[in-house]
Amino acid sequence: MPAARYFIASTTVGAGGASSIDFTSIPSTYTDLTIKYSLRSSSTTDDYLGVKLSLNSSTTSFTIRQLYGTGTTASSANYSTNNPSGYMQAGLTTASTFASGDIYIPNYLVSQNKFFSTDSVAENNAATANFLSLLAGLWSNTAAITSISLTPATGNFVQYSTAVLYGIKNS
Amino acid sequence: MPTSTEIPIATTTLASDTVSYTFSSISGSYTDLVLVCSTKAASGHSGNDVRIDLRFNSDTGTNYSDTYLRGNGTSASSGRDSNRTQIDEVSSIPPNSSSEYALFTYNIMNYSNSTTYKTVLCRGGMTGTFAGGYNNVGAQVGLWRSTSAITSITIFAQGGNSGVGFASGSTFTLYGIN
Repeated sequence: MPAARYFIASTTVGAGGASSIDFTSIPSTYTDLTIKYSLRSSSTTDDYLGVKLSLNSSTTSFTIRQLYGTGTTASSANYSTNNPSGYMQAGLTTASTFASGDIYIPNYLVSQNKFFSTDSVAENNAATANFLSLLAGLWSNTAAITSISLTPATGNFVQYSTAVLYGIKNS
Repeated sequence: MPTSTEIPIATTTLASDTVSYTFSSISGSYTDLVLVCSTKAASGHSGNDVRIDLRFNSDTGTNYSDTYLRGNGTSASSGRDSNRTQIDEVSSIPPNSSSEYALFTYNIMNYSNSTTYKTVLCRGGMTGTFAGGYNNVGAQVGLWRSTSAITSITIFAQGGNSGVGFASGSTFTLYGIN
């Protein structure tokens, strides 16, 4: 039987950090895409930050609905930008802690607006700066997705940040 | 190269508006199931309150319950439903006039055993806001109080108490996990 999930590409940020993680020339041989990430920003003025998703180099026409909990409260918010498309930890939180996230993009080749979900979490053994976030996202563009970039809302991705792109075949 | 133990079982893209879709004769050879749904409501329904619901093995008894955490963009809430005739929605789906399809992922754990009740974890939602709808993103745990192995899953859309159905272009895919 064929498998559903196929490795496409991965990035591990090296010393010096990176301003973005880019997946280009994405094959058109799958039905869905998913990205698993482990990310942290270098920003020294934030405890956690948004991860911005760019599709085909576009950073516009995004709509996002978020549900999140911080350990004390649960809240919900809407956004009309690509920030946040996910969440990650930043410099004010416990060193060596990285947020985990899962972005899922179904039907990335179909000529209809693209939508995605992102689940992201961070825990840093402190009374604050922990979160769990669920996002529903819409990119109002019917083009097939051929490239994906992740950028931090502030700062750079630090060394050892990783992102892995998989293709999903539904048959 | 294959990197996981997820196996595609079946998939469909609706060619026309359809009241419900059923995956039947599901093999018991996996440990868990994952169901991915990309949907909006069929045409011909004027309301915005169309819900996506599940039933297992065509059981229409009051054997389902759920607990949810969801947000509508303004506030977050948690609640539950008991003795339902289906796994209820964590969110409405967009009306037919919307350009958005809502994405839902269901993890159905240990589905093939014949000794325990079955648990479902759902995550998903949509970004649009439509009057009268449950315009949410969220997570939900559902329970089917049956020890039967799950051999079929029916996904259906209701507005009020009436069947509405899903729009053409909606997709449903079932994966097995080993």
